[in-house]
Amino acid sequence: MADIQSPVPGTFYHRPSPEDAPFKAEGDAVAAGDTIGLVEVMKSFIEVEAEEAGTFGGYSVENEAAVSAGDVLATLK
Amino acid sequence: MTFEVVKPGLLTTIQDLGRPGYFHLGIPEGGAMDRAAMRIANMLVGNPEDAAGLEAVFIGPELTFQHDTLVAVAGAEMPVFVDGEERACWSSFPVKAGQTLKFGYLKTGARIYIAFAGGIDTPPALGSRATYPIGALGGFEGRALAAGDVVPVGKPGAKARERTLDRAMLAELPKPVELRVLPGLYWHRLTEKSQEQFFDDEWKVAPEADRMGYRFRGGRPMEFVERDQPFGAGSDPSNIVDGCYSYGSIQIPGGTEPIVLHRDAVSGGGYFTVGAIISADMDLIGQLQPNTAVHFRRVDMDTALSARAERRDRLEKIRSALT
Repeated sequence: MADIQSPVPGTFYHRPSPEDAPFKAEGDAVAAGDTIGLVEVMKSFIEVEAEEAGTFGGYSVENEAAVSAGDVLATLK
Repeated sequence: MTFEVVKPGLLTTIQDLGRPGYFHLGIPEGGAMDRAAMRIANMLVGNPEDAAGLEAVFIGPELTFQHDTLVAVAGAEMPVFVDGEERACWSSFPVKAGQTLKFGYLKTGARIYIAFAGGIDTPPALGSRATYPIGALGGFEGRALAAGDVVPVGKPGAKARERTLDRAMLAELPKPVELRVLPGLYWHRLTEKSQEQFFDDEWKVAPEADRMGYRFRGGRPMEFVERDQPFGAGSDPSNIVDGCYSYGSIQIPGGTEPIVLHRDAVSGGGYFTVGAIISADMDLIGQLQPNTAVHFRRVDMDTALSARAERRDRLEKIRSALT
């Protein structure tokens, strides 16, 4: 089980835009480099990428939650 | 003498102590958001305090060195690695040609300052190497660093040697964070109730806070003393006939979210300014992460001046210890 951590502090989003579905759902296949969410900071949206491949285990924090750098955002199984 | 940018981080810019003297022409002072950290990083590698280094926000860059040098990192707490081996912040350490400087996840604070013995040697613009990206001025081609950039560094000075700062000499971060405010020019535009609530309410750093301004939200909206808007001012009660802004001044557009103007701020405009953050607390703002809770605390001019003197004395003690 691998954790995906936030590179920056900011606001975490599960979805590319409010109308879209979340980037990943539990059980989805994840390839290294896949975007699993966005962190908004300093008027930019930073893509959070999986560093390794696996199966998506779910988001660890709520959509639009305030996060710190290094916080676990999602897990891989 | 150069280093190459392997990964730039989020927003890494060349900064020094800035270019005062052009704000009336619309060119901000610029320079490090946490000036004390920039100065100390330079002291640690034996540079003049106004030498240019790097400011990196939230994410450290990855740099490869093409010559031997001495490096120091100050400011935020972020693990520092040279070829995978951890080094301490607030210390200078040697880096050899071919070695790579990398950083771990940010722990506390927001901005690190990286000084190199000899200082970054890009061409100065209006007397400073500070990068003002919006104006494409100074730094490396007027922009933030990108992967592949090769940045020139001067020769290490005669005073370049390894040093470590005794961290007990640093001011402790107040918790919860308190920013001291001297009410000013348009304070009278707020009702008494709003003046009180500005200091009573808890505010949080908004994620969009940047080098131009630090925005805060979470407090209750302000109410204004009624007036007929003067000729030339907009219709919103937070509008004025255009005026000058200052470094540290606090505007509250629409009366909702206070913005503290910082190093890359615009120099004037049509929003009322309720006062200013005292100079002693401006470096601290540069180290605030998004969502950090803060309180504004009212002070008078005497308190502001003694806080400034205290800060100057603290820096002087550090200077004597390191140089």
